[in-house]
Amino acid sequence: MEINSDGRMRAITDTSFYKNQTRIALRNCGLINPEVIEEYIANDGYMALAKALTEMTPQEVIDEVLASGLRGRGGGGFPTGRKWQFAADAKGDIKYVVCNADEGDPGAFMDRSVLEGDPHSLLEAMTLAGYAIGAQEGYIYVRAEYPIAVKRLNLAISQARERGLLGKNIFGTDFSFDLFLRLGSGAFVCGEETALLASIEGKRGEPRPRPPFPANKGLWGKPTIINNVETYANIPVILLKGADWFGKIGTEKSKGTKVFAIGGKINNTGLVEIAMGTPLKEVIYDIGGGIPNGKKFKAVQTGGPSGGCIPAELLDMPIEYDTLIQAGSMMGSGGMIVMDEDNCMVDIAKFFLSFTQEESCGKCPPCRIGTKRMLEILDRITKGEGKEGDIELLESLAKSIKASALCGLGQTAPNPVLSTIRYFRDEYEAHIKEKRCPAGSCKALIHYEIIADKCKGCGLCAKVCPVGAISGEKKQPHVIDKEKCIKCNSCFDRCRFDAIRKY
Amino acid sequence: MEKMVSLTIDGQKVEVPSSSTVLEAAKKLGIKIPTLCYLKDINEIGACRMCIVEVKGAKALQASCMLPVSDGMEVITNSPKVRESRKVTLELLLSDHNMECPTCVRNLNCELQTLAEELNIKSIRYPGEKHAARYDDFSPSIVRDTSKCILCRRCVSACHDVQSVGVISPNHRGFNTVVAPAFDKSLAEVACVNCGQCIMACPVGALKEKDDTDKVWAALADPEKHVIVQTAPAIRVSLGEEFGEGRGAIVTNKLAAALRRLGFDKVFDTDFAADLTIMEEGSEFLDRLQNGGKLPLITSCSPGWVKFCEHNYPELLDNVSTCKSPQQMFGAIAKSYYAEKTGIDPANIFVVSIMPCTAKKFEAKRPEMNSSGYQDVDVALTTRELSRMLKEAGIDVSKLPDEEFDEPLGISTGAAAIFGATGGVMEAALRTVYEIVTKKELEKVDFHDVRGLEGVKEATVDVDGIKVNVAVAHGLSNARKVLDKVKNGEADYHFIEIMCCPGGCVGGGGQPILSADERWDLDYREARAESIYEVDRNMPIRKSHENPAIQALYKEYLGKPLGEKSHKLLHTHYNERPYFDTK
Ligand SMILES: Cc1cc2nc3c(=O)[nH]c(=O)nc-3n(C[C@H](O)[C@H](O)[C@H](O)COP(=O)(O)O)c2cc1C
Ligand code: SF4
Ligand code: SF4
Ligand code: SF4
Ligand code: SF4
Ligand code: SF4
Ligand code: SF4
Ligand code: FES
Repeated sequence: MEINSDGRMRAITDTSFYKNQTRIALRNCGLINPEVIEEYIANDGYMALAKALTEMTPQEVIDEVLASGLRGRGGGGFPTGRKWQFAADAKGDIKYVVCNADEGDPGAFMDRSVLEGDPHSLLEAMTLAGYAIGAQEGYIYVRAEYPIAVKRLNLAISQARERGLLGKNIFGTDFSFDLFLRLGSGAFVCGEETALLASIEGKRGEPRPRPPFPANKGLWGKPTIINNVETYANIPVILLKGADWFGKIGTEKSKGTKVFAIGGKINNTGLVEIAMGTPLKEVIYDIGGGIPNGKKFKAVQTGGPSGGCIPAELLDMPIEYDTLIQAGSMMGSGGMIVMDEDNCMVDIAKFFLSFTQEESCGKCPPCRIGTKRMLEILDRITKGEGKEGDIELLESLAKSIKASALCGLGQTAPNPVLSTIRYFRDEYEAHIKEKRCPAGSCKALIHYEIIADKCKGCGLCAKVCPVGAISGEKKQPHVIDKEKCIKCNSCFDRCRFDAIRKY
Repeated sequence: MEKMVSLTIDGQKVEVPSSSTVLEAAKKLGIKIPTLCYLKDINEIGACRMCIVEVKGAKALQASCMLPVSDGMEVITNSPKVRESRKVTLELLLSDHNMECPTCVRNLNCELQTLAEELNIKSIRYPGEKHAARYDDFSPSIVRDTSKCILCRRCVSACHDVQSVGVISPNHRGFNTVVAPAFDKSLAEVACVNCGQCIMACPVGALKEKDDTDKVWAALADPEKHVIVQTAPAIRVSLGEEFGEGRGAIVTNKLAAALRRLGFDKVFDTDFAADLTIMEEGSEFLDRLQNGGKLPLITSCSPGWVKFCEHNYPELLDNVSTCKSPQQMFGAIAKSYYAEKTGIDPANIFVVSIMPCTAKKFEAKRPEMNSSGYQDVDVALTTRELSRMLKEAGIDVSKLPDEEFDEPLGISTGAAAIFGATGGVMEAALRTVYEIVTKKELEKVDFHDVRGLEGVKEATVDVDGIKVNVAVAHGLSNARKVLDKVKNGEADYHFIEIMCCPGGCVGGGGQPILSADERWDLDYREARAESIYEVDRNMPIRKSHENPAIQALYKEYLGKPLGEKSHKLLHTHYNERPYFDTK
């Protein structure tokens, strides 16, 4: 709750958390009842579809999307209009529209909020896409772990069918289109587009090389467009308000807004939708409210588990597809995890890599074995068993994996490692050469010691120690038996005299 | 005409059809790009990343085996980045590989080993933990050892697409991925037909035949045992390959010499039993045709096919000929007629067969194959196992003189020889059936319509006014097409030959293994089949019913085809089998 200077509570949309946001994709989320189609319609819902079907040719729809400069919000940032154009130009009578609602990044829930809060916007956009490329059917591939989303999508689809917004001869035109749900099993790699299509076809969900791209050879070998939920959520607005309006938001190469899920060591966590080009600093300090407990900001990981860590010196950077890539990270689906001085960057890299390594589908050796080897090296570094040359080994492996892995998962998995080496090489070196974790986070490398001068001999530490590693006479300085200590941190937390030192 | 596309590879211009891949275009220029998972026309999945190249304008390296060519494309196959990436990938594969080359069945014939040599791998920079390996030797035919598997999935495509059996697939994910039957079952517990086509596709030693050579060495060393050997038609055109002869080289008489030197008491020929099969099966066909029996009749000499039918088409089991395969007929005759004739106690006769085939190991162990009172065949070895025994004994087939097979079970005709190639059984049967029915001599014994590598071949043969519709299929996915037609009443066949393996036994799962590279340049089945027909052409007798040893066998012992003794010794029955088959 924020209070105005006159002492009154500030309206929610005026709080610093909200007022710096621009809501397009999330325009209806939380404001309308997603289970009542009339509420969507009352907020201009299905107006774009009506306009397109009655006043525009399919090519004009594509041209509008092209002109808007909209790029995919699912990770790759590929221009949406161009993708649609490829599929429209591809030969064939049967074509498909697919929505990627697999949202596998841990901690991400931007797509979920659209699916749950505004399902009709997705239906409208996919129908528009179907009209644009000449498809008759569409599939929404949604995580089975999103039961509310599944329920609301099913409800929305039946409502749309009842009102003739899906099905035969929509708006009395000769355009017919219908939508179906497919539930994903939850494997992260099934979010990769070719794996997703394989999974819809009932095959093992694993990627295949591209080209051919889905726009030419997609679902069951037919031309297919596949877009992310948030990408679609922008479409009706673009068609109603026009590409010009949309183009004014954002930067030259990254138009519009992006939804981020902010988490980690930050005061305001949650979903925010901001104009592209907003500096990182503004997101972290103005919207996110800065770092809790007066700690120092260290880095922010963008782009999900295969993004990269961006250090404090780059905080002025505007958030755009290309600047993020230059910084060794990426937009991804919009994850943003803030780290403070207590986070060890080697450990962070290990944490993210262990996620992607676990999620590797196993098809190609660079990812299947390469990420495992990188993880083994990181593991030994955090255990104080790192060897001279390990950083170089990591770099050469990472470069090779990025260049040769089959799909985006392997091609980006090394990013957290490369970016932390790039910005925090000294931390790696401290682990390897001095067997020291500067953030005091890698258990194997921390030691606890009682500073005799400060110890009052109160004995609290000895009481909390679960393994009886602390001994000493009352009122005399205590000592820690390093052999017995399991580094649980209890004594450190407990001592009221700052007499316990971690090093 | 297909559109041509022009591109540059390593600075050289090349023109290729627009549907080509970069790998194919490079091959046209004589540029070698290393591959591991690629098996032309069978496995094109872009998994191993060995064949990566740099493409101007593309960020990541691209797998050339899957990359379509395009006009004006500029490709570099040999840059420092490409070489380094390939090396890293190979080192990674080796870091998760059980490198025991000297004791590995694929030593010196291993694509991984060759590649390590070609890419100049001197050490493995990234050693680490290995995946939890599975060793599965419960199947009588196939041994799986995932500690050597590189997950190229060539076997998976062979099993799924070539054979339409589909019992092996990637299980689990990521680093824990293994190619295995569902639920990590053993191959012995699923609907595997033991064809060994997965072995033929495997670039490494992760799949191999169950080695039974020790049993044969032991029998040969046992003075109590009368050890006799039979060799299948297709061995005489493949064994030479293991001794530096060309692909498909004919070594019939050197083979006889080699077996004699190994110490077999008699060197016989499965071809003898193939002629016998024709007598029985031809008669069975005529009987069904003339007496309203179940048609179409389907051949039964290929045990891979028979097991496939038991699992997948139980409703057609009555169509399958009741004749045992030549291997089993041989064993049954050896332990009855031959034993009686020579006065040797059949309990002491040990029958070894040399087969192009891994499924023959399973067949030999079928419990019903013991009508003489003894198991028809004691050990079935593959061509590869025989070659290993010969090498172990220091016998170089290419240096041996020509020798003959022993009498009487070594006497055969050209009709029997062609059993080794797809269409051969049908052709041999037609030669005999025609002459029996018409009582006229065939003007031309060659039936070209049923020869060749077309997946399904059809022909209509006029036998004394009766139009006999025949079909020939090889490779089980082709067999499926024919069987589905029969099942759905869409075909009007009288007689069908099915061979489990593509090309027939010349392409059997126990035959010498070629690398993917060599397979691209040469169709080994074609080379071996050509030789088979040459063997046939050069035989003095080319029709089974004219085989004097067969005529003597009927006269002295069996009586007539389909007679009482034949029924007991030479015919069998089949059982429906479920998908998960633990028997
Ligand atoms: C490993 C991996 C996981 C992915 N997961 C998702 C996902 O969960 N949701 C998504 O929309 N895109 C995901 N993508 C990106 C898709 O492959 C694809 O680029 C995207 O759906 C295209 O839609 P867009 O152009 O609208 O972004 C993933 C990509 C990779 C490589
Ligand atoms: S990069 Fe990883 S996830 Fe992608 S295909 Fe290769 S093994 Fe599978
Ligand atoms: S860190 Fe935990 S185990 Fe170690 S001395 Fe303190 S309380 Fe005891
Ligand atoms: S599979 Fe090849 S590399 Fe592996 S042990 Fe056998 S011969 Fe050596
Ligand atoms: S032996 Fe044949 S059926 Fe069995 S797994 Fe191999 S290819 Fe498949
Ligand atoms: S068993 Fe052989 S063919 Fe099959 S995936 Fe492994 S290495 Fe490849
Ligand atoms: S075709 Fe020949 S090699 Fe193949 S399973 Fe049948 S008998 Fe064996
Ligand atoms: S990826 Fe091309 S040969 Fe394996």
